[in-house]
Amino acid sequence: MTLLVVLDHDRGKWVEANDEALTAARGLATAMETGLHAVLIGEGALDLAGQAGAGGAAVVHVATHPMLTDYGPDAHAETVVQLAAATGPDAVMAVGTSRGNEVMAQVAARTNLPFVANCASVDPTAEPWSITRVQWGGSLLEDVTLDAPTKLLTYGLHATAAVRASAPGAGTVEMFTPELDDRVGHTIVIDRDVQTAGVTLSTAPVVVSGGRGVGSAEGFAVLEELAELLGGRVGCSRAVTNLGWRNHADQVGQTGTRIAPEIYIATGISGAIQHWVGAMASKRILAINIDPEANMVVKADYAVIGDLHEVVPAISAEIRRRRG
Amino acid sequence: MDILVCVKRVPAPGARINVTDDGLAVDTAHLGFTTSPHEECALEEAVQIVEREGGTVTVMTLGPPEAEEQLRYAASVGAHHLVLIPTDGSAWDPQRTATALGEAIAAAEAERGAPYDLLLFGNESADAGGFQVGVRVAHRLGRPIVNAVKGIEIGETSVTARREIDGGFEIYRLPRPAALGIKEGINLPRYPTMKGRLASKKAALAVEEIDAPPGGQSLVRLHRPVETTSRTEVLGTDASAAVAVVDLLQEIGVLP
Ligand SMILES: Cc1cc2nc3c(=O)[nH]c(=O)nc-3n(C[C@H](O)[C@H](O)[C@H](O)COP(=O)(O)OP(=O)(O)OC[C@H]3O[C@@H](n4cnc5c(N)ncnc54)[C@H](O)[C@@H]3O)c2cc1C
Ligand SMILES: Nc1ncnc2c1ncn2[C@@H]1O[C@H](COP(=O)(O)O)[C@@H](O)[C@H]1O
Repeated sequence: MTLLVVLDHDRGKWVEANDEALTAARGLATAMETGLHAVLIGEGALDLAGQAGAGGAAVVHVATHPMLTDYGPDAHAETVVQLAAATGPDAVMAVGTSRGNEVMAQVAARTNLPFVANCASVDPTAEPWSITRVQWGGSLLEDVTLDAPTKLLTYGLHATAAVRASAPGAGTVEMFTPELDDRVGHTIVIDRDVQTAGVTLSTAPVVVSGGRGVGSAEGFAVLEELAELLGGRVGCSRAVTNLGWRNHADQVGQTGTRIAPEIYIATGISGAIQHWVGAMASKRILAINIDPEANMVVKADYAVIGDLHEVVPAISAEIRRRRG
Repeated sequence: MDILVCVKRVPAPGARINVTDDGLAVDTAHLGFTTSPHEECALEEAVQIVEREGGTVTVMTLGPPEAEEQLRYAASVGAHHLVLIPTDGSAWDPQRTATALGEAIAAAEAERGAPYDLLLFGNESADAGGFQVGVRVAHRLGRPIVNAVKGIEIGETSVTARREIDGGFEIYRLPRPAALGIKEGINLPRYPTMKGRLASKKAALAVEEIDAPPGGQSLVRLHRPVETTSRTEVLGTDASAAVAVVDLLQEIGVLP
């Protein structure tokens, strides 16, 4: 009886979401009354085995193969399927990153097992399992039952706050070599195009966003100015992207980027649920809107009820004044 | 290039999502319907590729008969063939959905005598967000698939895909026929023209009755997450609020 957790890494660099995955996995393994195994795949994986052990894994499987260099959904899923066939876990889980969900979907397709993506809580104490998962990017919860000989699931990103393990696992390393054929090579990363250095929207400490209320692409200049003064980034709503005022890379929300800054300054944004789910992990929210009834204002921690074109430049001016 | 795009009809909620009394569906009494933004972009991408390379765009949906609305919309922005797999409107689990879509695509390809060059899906559906129907369908049909794609280049016998990662892109090259899960942002979908709207009314619509056995994930009920009600502190009603705002920024330590 084991729970196998599939960990992610980027060319040997530990992915932060692994800490969430291990936290959730420890809780689940305890509820299942089983041991916790982890798997790390590909080049650089061996160097991270210690971290997986510290996170509670009794056994850390390290999978290597000449084809397991960079990430590839087929290669990784095929590896997980073969490892599962060899070790017989009761459940296999990953964290709900883009890759985590993709690998688990590939595992599910190969094994024809159900796969419950983006779980919020899991009760494994009775068959079938009872699970609450998120729909609509987090705006709605769905209770489901999961009936399968081997359970496949991901936990939603940020569904579990990462906590250090009170006791490390043994972290015994076991090497694994899958048999991979050329077909899995069809979906392996062949190159990278790294664009921005420095803060990205998802990691910025301050995000200053504009919605339809900004009125034009040029209107964003005042938001750019404030974001720069605060060492932050400019975001926007989908209305703005659809109007062609900003690039989609700036969009916050269900189908854009999920942000978690120290403060989110949302100006001229009504706060539709699909926008809100992308912003709700922010530590604090300041809404600037002419409408005191706007959902963004009602849900925010702080608000200025006024015209963003007057309020935002005044904030920048005040910052400059204090800096002298 | 012949491209098939799978789209799903979903409600378009505003400030909150309400659930029906039995907890089995979103209350759509006062809502319009749309397709997921990711799928709208997948369709736009298909139309643009075919405008450049020649070929056809087929759009397929599994849903209630009313999903014809989303298919007609697709025709109004450039899709050539429409396929509806009708359901009774209840939510189908991912395995059941993927089996039925896979069978319908296999049947269409058998009739055409050739596979579609590309199958396009959304990265995830707007409502269920299972992140898997496209992958299951592609696997069933033996096509390579990569998700989270925000750029496509058509090669001689391949398709090059750009996948967004934090601060950049990963590049993949898949042999055709292939499948891709598309993300919003790959393009800016067009709006239908009057001519497109008129033509869409006459576009032929194929109805394929296909059922499939349910999978191992069963819906019990939907419910809204507990809303964290914070009291909003109003810092002002005009430009003079700037002082209080900057005090706040200083207090929380984001003023470098
Ligand atoms: C499946 C799906 C996914 C979606 N995903 C996303 C997503 O990822 N991100 C996203 O943002 N949306 C998303 N949407 C769209 C979302 O439903 C809303 O349509 C969108 O967020 C509205 O953008 P907005 O707030 O800028 O515009 P509006 O709703 O038009 O709001 C404009 C606001 O500006 C205020 N305003 C006007 N003038 C001023 C002024 N001078 N000063 C201050 N305030 C002013 C108004 O009071 C109003 O509150 C999605 C929708 C669907 C169906
Ligand atoms: N009922 C459906 N009809 C057509 N396509 C669908 C349906 N459900 C899911 N899909 C496709 O599969 C993708 C992934 O869906 P999901 O696994 O639900 O997140 C969607 O973006 C659609 O392209």
